[in-house]
Amino acid sequence: MRRTISVLVENEAGVLSRIANLFSARGYNIDSLSVAETLDASVSCMTIVTHGNDQIIEQITKQLHKLINVIKVTDLTEGDHIEREMVLIKVTTEPATRAEALRVADIFRAKVVDVTPKSFTVEVTGGDKKIDGIIALLRPLGIKEIVRTGRIAIGRGN
Amino acid sequence: MKLTGSKIFVESLRAEGVEVVFGYPGGAVLHLYDEIYRSKSPRHILCRHEQGGVHMADGYAKATGKPGVALVTSGPALTNAITGLATAYMDSIPLVVFSGQVPTHLIGNDAFQEADNLGLTRSCTKHNFLVRDVKDLAYTIKQAFHIATTGRPGPVLVDLPKDVTAATCEFTYPQSIKMKYYNPTMQGHPGQIKKAVAALLEARKPVLYIGGGVINANAAPEMTELAELMGAPVTPTLMGLGGFPGDHPLSLGMLGMHGRYATNMAVNSCDLLVAIGARFDDRVTGKLDEFSMNSKKIHIDIDPTSIRKNVHVEIPIVGDSKVVIQQMLDAMKSGGKFKGHPSKLKPWWNQIREWQDQHPLTYEQGPGDLSAMYVIDKIYEMTRGEAIVATDVGQHQMWTAQMYHFKNPRCNLTSGGLGTMGYGYPAAVGAQTAYPDKLVLAVVGDGGFVMTMQEVITAVENNLNVKACIINNRNLGMVRQWQQYFYDRRYSFIDLSVAPDFVKLAEAFGCVGLRASKAEEVVPVLEKAFSTPRPVIMDFQVAYEENVMPMVPSGAPLSKMLLV
Ligand SMILES: Cc1ncc(C[n+]2csc(CCOP(=O)(O)OP(=O)(O)O)c2C)c(N)n1
Ligand SMILES: [Mg+2]
Repeated sequence: MRRTISVLVENEAGVLSRIANLFSARGYNIDSLSVAETLDASVSCMTIVTHGNDQIIEQITKQLHKLINVIKVTDLTEGDHIEREMVLIKVTTEPATRAEALRVADIFRAKVVDVTPKSFTVEVTGGDKKIDGIIALLRPLGIKEIVRTGRIAIGRGN
Repeated sequence: MKLTGSKIFVESLRAEGVEVVFGYPGGAVLHLYDEIYRSKSPRHILCRHEQGGVHMADGYAKATGKPGVALVTSGPALTNAITGLATAYMDSIPLVVFSGQVPTHLIGNDAFQEADNLGLTRSCTKHNFLVRDVKDLAYTIKQAFHIATTGRPGPVLVDLPKDVTAATCEFTYPQSIKMKYYNPTMQGHPGQIKKAVAALLEARKPVLYIGGGVINANAAPEMTELAELMGAPVTPTLMGLGGFPGDHPLSLGMLGMHGRYATNMAVNSCDLLVAIGARFDDRVTGKLDEFSMNSKKIHIDIDPTSIRKNVHVEIPIVGDSKVVIQQMLDAMKSGGKFKGHPSKLKPWWNQIREWQDQHPLTYEQGPGDLSAMYVIDKIYEMTRGEAIVATDVGQHQMWTAQMYHFKNPRCNLTSGGLGTMGYGYPAAVGAQTAYPDKLVLAVVGDGGFVMTMQEVITAVENNLNVKACIINNRNLGMVRQWQQYFYDRRYSFIDLSVAPDFVKLAEAFGCVGLRASKAEEVVPVLEKAFSTPRPVIMDFQVAYEENVMPMVPSGAPLSKMLLV
């Protein structure tokens, strides 16, 4: 099962590689990973999307917790939380499909951020379903390149 | 007053109470060695290879319970040290290893003797540090010792760029340390303790299965009290030997791949398995799905990741073995619930004794070739299980585990997790450094001894009177055994018939060489060695094809043990 784990770490050189190393050494999967500073510049937040059975997930959270630079590990999957990802999609268009592509972008509330005569790039933010949806609809119209941030997530309420 | 990084290094080690550093100099650590030259303490022992140096620190740590300290230079020295770090990491041994590094402004430039020390050691240390500023040095050293020795112990590497060891700053050594995000759990959860005690009371066929965690936590006295209060059988893992007296009537000896028949049967048939400071290693469990299927399991471990890693456990308890056993003892003794409990386990013991009688651990010393087991049995008899015994890896290691009934903790020095050939001799040297007057043996194979035998020079130089017993079967015995059983005796590159004359080699090294090739020579050789106040190397020329039995083939369940 897919899990979204939020990890607060000390913002030090080498921490990212400790985490990456843990996953590769023990054969765990990373589906996506995103990292950036928090309000406190000495602390970074990583959102890791991974999958595995319950026992593996239990090990992953415990192993993460065991790293000296890790401050807090939260498996957000269980509780109520919000997940977002941003994607930049470059679409190459024939004159015949251009309008259709733009309409799709509009439906998904994607923002056009770059336009040329033969292509345009949209920025779209959302959860899994929305991102998968827009990609599925744009693909037949000609996606040239796609760049994703990886998921970030936050718990709801306090 | 401002001190140089090198002086801060020495002063910090003193403040930590470090008595001895095992090391080897080089360009990146020249400033440090200059300071060591000028200081009287800590003592420095020059190993002859950095792997040996780290194994020495490991043997020292295991024997004393104090952290072992090693110092190596950059690049090739650090890569040499890695086997030692990985060995200590797998066995949870507290070490602080200092490595030299190129000056900070050259890091990342492929400078001479530069290696990515942090990257290289990330997966074989509990934690590692690069000190970029001399102002951080003292605090980093404090942290390194703290991390190495608390929680589940392990090796910590501190990488010291050359310019940092020359730079100066004010020095004060932190008295105490509080790491906000690193707080190992010591006390067991009271609710879990309650559940555990109820399970102990209910069980009629319990087994206490103890590992290296009991020794690391200095929990041997509590362990004995627990076993005696219950009247329950105890089986140690390879790393747990000595955590409970090997000659105690409640001891079943080692379990697992080369465990005894009765012991493995007991583990497989028990109704309650209490794992203490042990981690259900594959060498212990055999095939996992058929391991002790009908038992309820209690697992006490300081490392939460050890719990439910590979075996489902009904009652997990995170905490320090010593503290948790004491908590259980307190609960068990209140109300006298366990008075007369041992008599309730009578039928269980009858069953165990029956298994023991069916297949006892035996060997035969006939008129022919010398039996390795006979040699180890004599070593045991003559030292009454009280010597410090380091072993290498292979058949001799398993025979020692089976036949040497360690009475006390911190006497069994062996590489259990990584199975590092070459560990034994240097580990013995490290232990002898801590206890110059104790009898310290290195029981080694003719293969493994050769991997680190340069450390004999270290022993000779420092009058460390290690008694090495080479169990010389002229082959890589453990590999040969597998080839015999599972590859139809196609002996592929296990023959070591071409070898130096170990007696002459001993003499060339400047120590005493002795040889026994017949049974009647064994005791006189040992007597001579034990009464010689110098390092001794004994060459026991034993049978070529003796096997370690019983044996659970890898991947098979414990119940499918081969007996002959
Ligand atoms: C560094 C290293 N290389 C290879 C092995 C694989 N190995 C395990 S036991 C063994 C044989 C050891 O032979 P020896 O030292 O003569 O001991 P014996 O088994 O004969 O008692 C080997 C090669 C190992 N454990 N460590
Ligand atoms: Mg051999």
